[in-house]
Amino acid sequence: MDGAFTAAFGLIASGDAALMQIIGLSLRVTLTAVAIASLIGLPLGAGLALARFPGRGAVIVLFNALMGLPPVVAGLLVYLMLSRSGPLGGLALLFTPTAMIVAQTILILPIVVSLTRSVVEDLWAEYRDQLRSLGASRLRAVPTLLWDGRVSLLTGILAGFGRASAEVGAVLIVGGNIAGHTRTMTTAITLETARGSLSLAVALGIILMGLTLALNAVAWGAGQWARGRLG
Amino acid sequence: MRSLRDIHTAILPLRLEGAGYRVGGAQLLSDITLNIAPGRRLVILGPNGAGKSLLLRLCHGLIEPTSGSRVWASGEARAEAQAMVFQRPVLLRRSVAANLDYPLSLRGVPRAERRETVTSTLRRFGLEHLADRPARLLSGGEQQRLAVARARAMAPQVLFLDEPTSALDPSATRIIESMIEGFSAEGIAIVMTTHDLGQARRLAQDVAFLHRGRLIEHRPANMFFSGPKAPETRAFLAGELIW
Ligand SMILES: Nc1ncnc2c1ncn2[C@@H]1O[C@H](COP(=O)(O)OP(=O)(O)OP(=O)(O)O)[C@@H](O)[C@H]1O
Ligand SMILES: [Mg+2]
Repeated sequence: MDGAFTAAFGLIASGDAALMQIIGLSLRVTLTAVAIASLIGLPLGAGLALARFPGRGAVIVLFNALMGLPPVVAGLLVYLMLSRSGPLGGLALLFTPTAMIVAQTILILPIVVSLTRSVVEDLWAEYRDQLRSLGASRLRAVPTLLWDGRVSLLTGILAGFGRASAEVGAVLIVGGNIAGHTRTMTTAITLETARGSLSLAVALGIILMGLTLALNAVAWGAGQWARGRLG
Repeated sequence: MRSLRDIHTAILPLRLEGAGYRVGGAQLLSDITLNIAPGRRLVILGPNGAGKSLLLRLCHGLIEPTSGSRVWASGEARAEAQAMVFQRPVLLRRSVAANLDYPLSLRGVPRAERRETVTSTLRRFGLEHLADRPARLLSGGEQQRLAVARARAMAPQVLFLDEPTSALDPSATRIIESMIEGFSAEGIAIVMTTHDLGQARRLAQDVAFLHRGRLIEHRPANMFFSGPKAPETRAFLAGELIW
């Protein structure tokens, strides 16, 4: 055990190339997925908060339920879509980082949509009369509400980032854990542990923990700062 | 792009004709016929729950009458040249200056003109030193002053105010009252509610008295306070009408 930790710190300290490559790919995949999910989820969630249409309740329940979607199921869905015999098989995206980004976007999107909906709905209840009085249409209110809810929304986006960077099921199924190509921190930990080579697994585990800690520190700090600064 | 100066078609008088408002089986406003004339200061009085805030919201166009009608002289469904200061105004989570800019940008006022209006409004309302401060962190009195300033920046022909000084100390109250008098001198019609009878006497040219969603009286202020009265009015002014 001690040996594994010593070797792990050695890998981190020396900036081992394979290790750095894995970290880089993980961050690239997850951050891209977070960006895409936010781009789609923020307006979608806000629209869902303000729009009234038949079946709205069902859509809300669906997105809430999808927040608990097991990553392996998301992976399986994307696998079925992208596999050679699937509807999008022609794109040859299976076992590429792009496929992993798609799968993680599917995991993050419900979190961003549901949280945005609830934040914007609460704000809208408080702001509706005032914004209408100032001359804002429902559509024009959307960016205003997103901006005024920015602190809470950031927390939700960070939660999405946390979920995606911690999951292994989806990226393993659609990425295939190919060394140097689709191997991420979580898939590498799974593989290396199974093979009994613990030092890389422990090094990646430490980095993942550190990342999570840093993320939460940033989220908390941003919240504190905003409360003091924005009211 | 439109300029604030383009908004000069007369929207007053505003006429409510037999207007009523009903939700969930409760008749909250009944058969209100009321004329809001240009340039006058109208104070709406009545006990808690009489429907004063609802009446303001109905006039302002935030709710629609469920019976009767609301007619602007300009023929618009909802006139643009109006503004309202709410009982609890909502300020946006941005700077004081940005709060003033917001309604102007909604109207598509060109940037240069907006900057001019924001600067002159800040100066007029003594908010210059607070321009870059987050609006939500201002004191209650400063927030109210900003809400009044924001409403004025919208160049309204009629300004609705719902208990604009109910949470303020006497000196802040005096400041808001003198602002209201200033607007009135500029020709802006004022429609406001208050529970402060002293304030009503100081500011009202006309009084509308509401009780349980009905308009009991609407007459010049001196006649309301000193002339013969409806029994509800007498009880209200004597402090005996609870609701
Ligand atoms: N959306 C609503 N649904 C049901 N009842 C409502 C609604 N809005 C207002 N009411 C009721 O209508 C009545 C009039 O409310 P309103 O806020 O206009 O009173 P008010 O005269 O402004 O009272 P106050 O002096 O306390 O501010 C109250 O009894 C209130 O509970
Ligand atoms: Mg009220």
